[in-house]
Amino acid sequence: MSAPAESLKHTPLYSLHEELGARLVPFAGYALPVQYRGGIKHEHLATRARAGLFDVSHMGQVVVRGAPAALERLVPSDIAGLALGQQRYTLFTSAQGGVLDDLMVTRFADRLHLVVNAAFKDIDLAHLRAGLPDCEVEPLEDQALLALQGPAAARVLAALAPEAAALAFMKGSATTLDGVPVLVHRCGYTGEDGFEIAMRAEHAERVARRLLANPEVEPCGLGARDSLRLEAGLCLSGADLDANTSPVEAALAWTIARRHRAAPGAAEFPGAARILGELVDGPLRRRVGLRVQGRVPVRAGAELCDADGQACGVVTSGGFGPSLDAPIAMGYVRTALATPGTRLTVAIRNTEHVVEVQALPFVPHRYLAR
Amino acid sequence: MSDLKYTQEHEWLRREADGSVTLGITDYAQEQLGDIVFVELPAVGVHLDADTNFVVIESVKAVGEVKLTVGGTVLAVNERLADAPELVNGSPEGDGWLLRVQLDDAALLDKLMDGNAYHAFVQEL
Repeated sequence: MSAPAESLKHTPLYSLHEELGARLVPFAGYALPVQYRGGIKHEHLATRARAGLFDVSHMGQVVVRGAPAALERLVPSDIAGLALGQQRYTLFTSAQGGVLDDLMVTRFADRLHLVVNAAFKDIDLAHLRAGLPDCEVEPLEDQALLALQGPAAARVLAALAPEAAALAFMKGSATTLDGVPVLVHRCGYTGEDGFEIAMRAEHAERVARRLLANPEVEPCGLGARDSLRLEAGLCLSGADLDANTSPVEAALAWTIARRHRAAPGAAEFPGAARILGELVDGPLRRRVGLRVQGRVPVRAGAELCDADGQACGVVTSGGFGPSLDAPIAMGYVRTALATPGTRLTVAIRNTEHVVEVQALPFVPHRYLAR
Repeated sequence: MSDLKYTQEHEWLRREADGSVTLGITDYAQEQLGDIVFVELPAVGVHLDADTNFVVIESVKAVGEVKLTVGGTVLAVNERLADAPELVNGSPEGDGWLLRVQLDDAALLDKLMDGNAYHAFVQEL
């Protein structure tokens, strides 16, 4: 995990991070801020109250040229049916019905624009190339990606890119921001209204400085990004999603196209048999929110036990929710125990603690109403 | 602060008039941990062996531990930390103290760094 500092890649905002007093940590091969001077709680709460700016340039942006329906060979979602400029959250599923990675896809007139997780960039690229031999698959290099998140995000962006600030939720559009060509999507990973702004690397620092010049915008690191998405009940690929976990278990069945539900026999996306079978029969286990009684944080990897002390699941993400001022976690439990209010136990440093299953998200989403 | 002694593990210790020792983590340590959300303290009266964790401190992102190279008996713990763990961030060498112990071998303190030496040590990190 802790690769030598000199082997870590830098994002285009590296020197700005240093200037802003970031604590840089290794993440998916990059040196990225885990926090700035204000600290994770401050950054988290600033994003919920006003706006936070996150450098997510480490994420992979990939352009796919070819028939949009081709991508449906690799994901369970409706891609051909996307309107121009419409974005969708979907999953690369494995032949066994697990989740290889989650991603965002937008359909434009001449291409699909994909955003994949940094840690799976190379794997996803190889997967796309192998699965879509009839398409051109081009990873975008020398790119920056900034996420502007929070209730003030639209008003901050409106001053610099009014067209982008008028986007509907889960829509993307090419426009300019302060004269810089950008690709803006109205989406995010915090549960708040917000935008993801892609641009060429050489423009990133200028754009970031313009956004940060607004007193409503706080620079935020990976720590706040993680606590915000956990409160919002959003999955972290590789932690809450993996090759053994199906979309149905992960409570992501809503990503499955309607036509697959209507005609399961005809579905050909990877793992369709298991995934569509679980839609009918119910999954063996299910992703749930977990509220800890008391103040001790429960971390990923902790084993959950039922009332009889029998192992019944595992925590996949855990930490502290600053907006709730309480420890929170997500994990997988046997389906019979997935009802909110169910009490489970977890051992932390040899002491048993009670956790209660809770509906997700912990903090209600505040996306722009369609 | 000249009466404080410091370990390389970023703990401070202060010898009290009755021979007991109050200890906590340093400003450097709290800054490294970030926002502290939970402090797990031992029970008063228990004896803690050398090199076992006296205290577990959890921040939003990290888990920190406090241990000493000598054992000791816990005389008192900072009860305020149960509801206000952030005191360790705000006042690590004051209201954010962790516990008071009777060390098995109080000569430990003589081997530790004084404030100047610790300051120099941190500068090198």
